[in-house]
Amino acid sequence: MLTKRIIPCLDIENGRVVKGVKFTNLRDVGDPVEQSLRYQRAGADELVMLDVSATIEGRSAALETVRAVRSALSIPLCVGGGVREVKHAIDLLEAGADKVGVNSAAVTNPELLRELSDRVGAQCVVISIDAARRTESTGWEVVTRAGTHRTDIDAIQWAKEAADMGAGEILLTSFDRDGTRSGYDIDLLREIRSVTSLPVIASGGANSARHMIDAIGAGADAVLAASIFHDQDTTPSQLKEQLAQCGIEARLS
Amino acid sequence: MNQILIIDTGIANTASVRASFQRLGCDVSISHDSDHVRDAQFVVLPGVGSFGSGMDALRSFGLDQIIVERIKANKPLLGICLGLQLLCASSEETPGVAGLGVIDSEVTRFPESVRTPQHGWNRVGNEYAYFSNTYRIESIPTDWTGELSMHGAPFVASLKRGTTLACQYHPELSGDFGERVLVSWIETSMEAS
Repeated sequence: MLTKRIIPCLDIENGRVVKGVKFTNLRDVGDPVEQSLRYQRAGADELVMLDVSATIEGRSAALETVRAVRSALSIPLCVGGGVREVKHAIDLLEAGADKVGVNSAAVTNPELLRELSDRVGAQCVVISIDAARRTESTGWEVVTRAGTHRTDIDAIQWAKEAADMGAGEILLTSFDRDGTRSGYDIDLLREIRSVTSLPVIASGGANSARHMIDAIGAGADAVLAASIFHDQDTTPSQLKEQLAQCGIEARLS
Repeated sequence: MNQILIIDTGIANTASVRASFQRLGCDVSISHDSDHVRDAQFVVLPGVGSFGSGMDALRSFGLDQIIVERIKANKPLLGICLGLQLLCASSEETPGVAGLGVIDSEVTRFPESVRTPQHGWNRVGNEYAYFSNTYRIESIPTDWTGELSMHGAPFVASLKRGTTLACQYHPELSGDFGERVLVSWIETSMEAS
């Protein structure tokens, strides 16, 4: 049976791995190729790389990083950041990404998801949703442009629409929990799970195996984390042993 | 140095496959030239995209017959993911389009009861392999050996006959296990030739 995945996330800026809190205060935590291989050896099931600068000028640098990581890495690699048109996605796939994450551009132009899915196949298209709890009412709204813009769009509805438009997987990040180590937003996961049958990757807030077990219990197929791996507090393999003790099947190598 | 030719269908993502063989020290080229495909030492039919678009691409480059002839002559061929499915007779994904017919099976969709696409690591024997698929074949055809995996119901993870290997999973993304599968395919094929 299909195992639950543990996915380290590398935020990339100007060819370096960085990590922040709530998408800001980025600090340098290492070289992408070294980090990727370290995580692969430590039992990562897959890697996500997000180009957090993702400027036009930065794009070719990002492609270089993807090429370098790909030539070394023998597990799946999902890359996102600044994908605004089909060509960007194809460039990333040709450089060595196995899946491409689309975020802000799909919110402005949902049709992009259909075009991408038709062109490269739904299994290569990940809709990356950054969701923040509404401040004045219940529910979650989509935030874009690395968290700088609150859209007022309902995150749950958007997940449903993105699935209908041809996305093959959902990378769901809680903006409120990102980098805080206070646990995934379980209510958000439950709500998303109730509206779609697509695979869902939980992101934002991980600090322990318990957080991951809770997220999986709420319907996540994979759990993503960054800070706990960058700071070398734990490894995917160690977490998987704890998952296995709770009866959750994970790939132990 | 072993020469690997990856068939360029124009829709498949070949970077990971290329990288995996390069890590093994192989000389890798990517082509859809029918002469090159016919004469290559090892051929990989990779797979991303739909069954219909994959068959269209193979036919437009005149590769459908060449692949079938290679397999008849027991020249090494590795089909990956959609590459396995294209070797079959037909697929629910694109009804009415004939496949290469080397594997006498119909490709069907996973049942509604399970998550699709199947994205992730699933058990193959005592190992885990990485899958990314919505369609599959349900049982091992009589003239092939193979391994099954489970997603809602049993499905075929890989099939082998002579120097032909067809994997529903992605060996190029399956870590150390995948690497051993590629090495074993190359070694078995070298012994056979």
